[in-house]
Amino acid sequence: MKIKANLISGRTADQGAHLEAKTHKGYFDACAYCELNSADLERLGVSEGDSLKVTTEFGEVVVFAKANNGNPEGLAFIPMGPWANAVLNPDTHGCGMPGFKGVPAEIEATEEKPLEMKALMRKYLED
Amino acid sequence: MSEILIKNASVCDPTQGINCEAMDICIRDGKIVDSVSGNAKVIDAEGKLTMAGGFDGHTHSAGKINVGRFMNPNDARKNLVPGLSGQVARTEKTRAQVGYNTPNTYAIGYRYAKLGYTTICEAAIPLLAARHTHEEFKEIPILDKMGLSLFGSNWQVMEYIRDKEPEKLAAYIAWGLKASRGYGVKIVNPGGGEAWGWGRNVSGLYDPVPNFDVTPAEILMGLAEANERLQLPHSVHVHCNNLGKPGNYATTIETMKLFENVKPSRDRQALHVTHVQFNAYAGTSWRDFETGAPMVADYVNGADHLTFDLGQVIFGPAVTMTADGPVEYANARMLHEKWSNQDIELEDASGVVPLFYSPKSFVNAVQWAIGLELALLVKDPWKIMFTTDSPNGGSFVNYPEAFTYLMSAKRREEVISGFSKMALDRMVLPGIDRELDFYELAVMTRSAQSKMYSMPEKGNLKVGSDADIAIYDLLPGQVDPSTEYAKVKKAFSGAAYTLKGGEIVVKDGEIEATPKGKTYWVNAKVPESIDAAMQKDIDLKFRKYYTVSKANYMVEDSYIQKPVEIDTEGVF
Amino acid sequence: MPVIKDAVCSLCGSLCDDITVTVEDNKITKVENACILGHSKFVGMFEHDRIETPMIRKDGELVPVSYEEAIEAAAKILVNSRRTLSYGWCSTSCEAVSGAIQLAEETGSVIDSTANVCHGPSALAAQEKGSPSASLGEIKNRADVIVFWGCNPVHAHPRHMSRYSSFSKGFFTEKGRKGRTMVVIDVRKTDTAKLADNYVEIEQGSDLLLITALRSIVNGHEDVIPETVAGVPKAEIIALAETLKNAKFVCIFFGMGVTQSRSKYKNGDAVSSLISDLNQHTKAVMIGMRGHYNVTGFGQVATWETGFPMAIDFARGYPYYNPGETGANDLLVREEPDAAIIAAADAGAHFPQKAVRHLAKIPVIQIDPYANPTTEIADVVIPAAVVGIEAEGTAYRMDAISLRMKKLIDSKFKTDEEIVKDLTAKVRELKRGA
Repeated sequence: MKIKANLISGRTADQGAHLEAKTHKGYFDACAYCELNSADLERLGVSEGDSLKVTTEFGEVVVFAKANNGNPEGLAFIPMGPWANAVLNPDTHGCGMPGFKGVPAEIEATEEKPLEMKALMRKYLED
Repeated sequence: MSEILIKNASVCDPTQGINCEAMDICIRDGKIVDSVSGNAKVIDAEGKLTMAGGFDGHTHSAGKINVGRFMNPNDARKNLVPGLSGQVARTEKTRAQVGYNTPNTYAIGYRYAKLGYTTICEAAIPLLAARHTHEEFKEIPILDKMGLSLFGSNWQVMEYIRDKEPEKLAAYIAWGLKASRGYGVKIVNPGGGEAWGWGRNVSGLYDPVPNFDVTPAEILMGLAEANERLQLPHSVHVHCNNLGKPGNYATTIETMKLFENVKPSRDRQALHVTHVQFNAYAGTSWRDFETGAPMVADYVNGADHLTFDLGQVIFGPAVTMTADGPVEYANARMLHEKWSNQDIELEDASGVVPLFYSPKSFVNAVQWAIGLELALLVKDPWKIMFTTDSPNGGSFVNYPEAFTYLMSAKRREEVISGFSKMALDRMVLPGIDRELDFYELAVMTRSAQSKMYSMPEKGNLKVGSDADIAIYDLLPGQVDPSTEYAKVKKAFSGAAYTLKGGEIVVKDGEIEATPKGKTYWVNAKVPESIDAAMQKDIDLKFRKYYTVSKANYMVEDSYIQKPVEIDTEGVF
Repeated sequence: MPVIKDAVCSLCGSLCDDITVTVEDNKITKVENACILGHSKFVGMFEHDRIETPMIRKDGELVPVSYEEAIEAAAKILVNSRRTLSYGWCSTSCEAVSGAIQLAEETGSVIDSTANVCHGPSALAAQEKGSPSASLGEIKNRADVIVFWGCNPVHAHPRHMSRYSSFSKGFFTEKGRKGRTMVVIDVRKTDTAKLADNYVEIEQGSDLLLITALRSIVNGHEDVIPETVAGVPKAEIIALAETLKNAKFVCIFFGMGVTQSRSKYKNGDAVSSLISDLNQHTKAVMIGMRGHYNVTGFGQVATWETGFPMAIDFARGYPYYNPGETGANDLLVREEPDAAIIAAADAGAHFPQKAVRHLAKIPVIQIDPYANPTTEIADVVIPAAVVGIEAEGTAYRMDAISLRMKKLIDSKFKTDEEIVKDLTAKVRELKRGA
C-alpha cells in the first residue's frame, strides 16, 4: 500500500542536541524517521518503529515510522539531516535555496532497515 | 627614526594663519618637527598646494552602513566616480574593493586616503552595537578613527533628566562612552527614537516623549550640561528634531537658541548642529517648500556659540541612514523605496533607505542649493564643517565635485541652468556670487575640526602635530578655481601625496601603503561614589530590561586597534 | 573549581549570554541556564566524537597525519584547484570568518555560508524590500502581539520565548505571557503551535498567498479576498489582520517555513511589505530566527569586507554576488567546483543528495572539531578547537547584536583562526615556489 504525501524537513530539539554528535546512535534516532498522522500510518499498515521507504523524484530512503497527529493527513516530516536529504530537491530555482520543504513523495512499508549514518554516506562515495 | 623633508610646499594652514606660502615641512617619527638631518628622504612638492590631511567629522562609515551595504547589493557595481568607486580586483598592496555609496571597509580607507583625508569620525554609534563599529574600524585601513555615541533617546538618560540627577547623568555618559569607546555625545532627534519604539515621533522641542515625561529640550540641556561637566573634547553633536520637514528651519533656530547660555568647558563651541541642510527648510508642505537657509544663516552669523556641518546633496543615487527612525519610514513610504529599520532596546532607533537626488526634481534641486547657501551665506568659515553626511546626501567620493560648487560661481551656474523655474523660485543661490578660496576650504575640511573636536595634533601643520599631510597637484598662484574647476576637482580626487603619520600612503592618486590607523576614544573620570550610585541604576536595567548581561556589554580592549585614550576629568 | 558566569552559548542564533559554567580539571562538569541544545554544546562535548588528530584519506581510509602534513596537503589542493568552494564558517568566530574571506579572495574561490540552506532567502528578501527589524529587547519590552511564522522555537531556539519573546517580562510588558497574544502560523501543529493563543494552519507552500491576503486587508481591500486563502477561511484571515493592526507592537518571527517553502525569498519579501503596511496602523517589526550561532556574524563580516553577505565569487579578483549562480548548492548541482573546504558547518549532512554526490567526487578539506557526515567524504581533515569553549571570538545574535564568546577551558587543538592563517601562509608559500 503506497500513499502519496507532501514531504517537508526541519529542525527538532533532539536533532539539534546531536548537531555535534552525528556519529552517535542518538543522532540516528533523532533523524532517521518519517512522521505521519496516525491515519496515514494506518493506511500504510505500519506501527511506530516499522520501516518506511520514502521515494521522491530525487531518490529513495528507508526510515522509521513515527506518529504525529499534529501533522495533517498527507503531510510527511523527516528531520533535517542525511536521511531527509537523500530524497529532497536539489534545485534552487535560481535563488540559491534547495527544496527542503514541499516535495511530492510516495511512501510505503518496507522490510529494509534504515542505513546508519556512515553507511548512508558511503553510498555517495560508491556512486 | 624616519625623517622626511617636504620641500617647496605651498602651505595652506589656517590654524597658523598660513595662506599658500612657500614652505618646507619637516617630519620625524610621524610628527611634524622643526628640522631634520641631511639623511631625510626628500619629497619635492614643486610648489603644490599642501594642507593637513582632511578630517571628516561626520560620516557614516562603520556600523549602520553595513545595513546599507546589505540591502543594496546593487551599489557594489556602481562606478559613478571612476577611480573612487566600483569593483576593483585585489592587488599586491590592496584588498578587493566594491561600492559607491556603501563601499566595503577596505575601499573606504583607500578612497578617503586618495582624497587626502586622514581622519574620520563615525557619526553614530549605538551603545549596544558599538562592538560592531569597532570591528569595522579594524578593517578600514590607513585612517585614524573615532565615533560619536548615541544618547538622545536613551532610557537611563531620560530618567536621570526627568528625575533631576545631573551628577548620575554625567556618570552614565562617562560610562557609556567607555562602554562604546566613543569620542563624543551624539543626539539624534532627541526623544524621537523612544517615540519611534511605538511608531510615533516627537513634533518639536517641547513635545514630551511618551511614557518618559521629558521633552527634547530637556534632553538637549541635560546632555549639554553633562557634556560640559565632563569637559569632553567635543560639544554635544545634534541632529535636530523635525529633520526633512518643510518649515523645520524654525526648530533648528530654536534648538540653536537653547544653547546660547551653555558655557563650554573647553575652547570650542557649546553646540555642533549636524547636516543642517536637511534642517533648513521653509514652507509648510512639499508644495510650497522653499529654502530656509537665509534665516538659519542669519542666526548663525549673529551667534558665536555653535558650529555646524552642511550635509550637502550630490545628485545621483544616495543611501540615507540615520538614527532618525521615523524619517526613514516616511522616506520609504513617500518614495516607494525599500526600508530597513533597526531599533536598539533602551537606547535608540535607526533606518536605512536608498534614494535618488535628481536635478529635475524641484525639491532635490532646492536641497542641493540649501547646502551651498549655508556655506556661502555664513560669513565665518570657522563655524562650518564640510560634509555630505556621507552617504545620506551622497558619497564622500564626491567631495572634490562639491568643492567646485563652493569655489566657482560659474560651476554653480552650470548646474543651476538645468533647474526648473519652480526650483529657481524657491532658492536664493543664483544670487550668490561668493566663491570660497583654498584657505576657506582648508578651514572647513581641516582646521575647524581641529578646534571643534579639541584635537590640536590634527587638522594643521604645526610643529608637534601628526604628520598627516595632503599634497595636491595644484599650483595655487597659477590656477583659478573659479574658472578652472575641472582642474581643482581632478587634483582633489587623487592626491599627489598623502602622508599618514609621516608614511607615504598615496602617491599620484594610487595607494602606496596601508598602515593601520589609530582609534581615539574618551575616558572621562567620575568620582567613585557617584559612579557606584549610577551603576546600581543600570544594574537594574540589565537585570530586567536588556537582553545581554552587563558583563558582556562593554567593548573589550581587543577590539580597539591602536587605541588612543583621551582622559578628561569631570567637575563635581 | 572555577565557576564562570555570563558565558555565551555557541549553538543557536539565540546566543544566550547568561550561561554559568563550572570547570573542573579542564572539563565542564556543570552548566546552568542552558537549554537542551546548549547543554549538548557545553557538557555533551566531552562525549561527542571528537576528531582527535589531522587525517588524510589514503586508499579510501582516513589515516592520522601531522598537522603540518595536513596543512600542506590542504594547501596543495587549493593551489591546484581552479574552482574552489569554501563553505560553512558559521559555527565559528567572526575573526575566523575574516581569515576565511581573505583566503577565498587570494585563491579566487567562492565562499558561502550556511545561510545558503537557511536564511539566504531572507537576505534576498531584504535586498528587495528591506529589513524592518529591531533588537530582541524591543520585543521583550514592548511587544504585545508575537507571531511565529514557519518556525518552531520550542525545538530550534528553546530559550527564545522565555528570554526574548512570548514569556519574557519587560518594562512595558510586566504581565509577560498573560499580556501577550501569541500567534503561530504553520503547516502542522508543532510543539510551539500548541502554546499559541491562535494557531493558523495553512496549506503547505501557500505562505505567500496568506501574507498577500493579510496585506490586502491591512490596506483596506478585504473585498478582493476569496472565501478561502491558503486553506484558511476569510473570516479567520480578517480576524488575524485585526489582531495585527490593533496591536501596540507586533513582531513577526520567521523561519524555514518562510525561506524554504515554495516562493522562497518572495515570502520574506512579502513579510517585509506586510510589516511596512502594518506600520501605517501600529508598530511592527520582523526578525529572522537564525539557526547557527554565528551565521549572522558571517553575514555581517562578509558584508563589510566584500559588500555581500553570502555566495561571494572571487574568480574575477573582486567580489561577485549572484545567488542562484554563486550559492554553494548552485555550484555543486552544476558540478562546477573541483575542490572544497568545508569548515564549521556540515554540508555532508545538510545538502541534498545531488550536491553531496559531487562533493564526494572532489577533494574536500574539512575543518571541524567533530566527526560528522562530511568527514565520511572528506580527503583532508583538520580538527579545530570549539569556539565559545576552547577559543574566544566574536559572534552575532540573530538580531545583529554582537557578543564576545569566552575561552572556558584549554585545549590542544588549533583554533579555526589559526588554521586558516596557517593554510593561507602555506598557499602563499606554494604559489611563490611555483
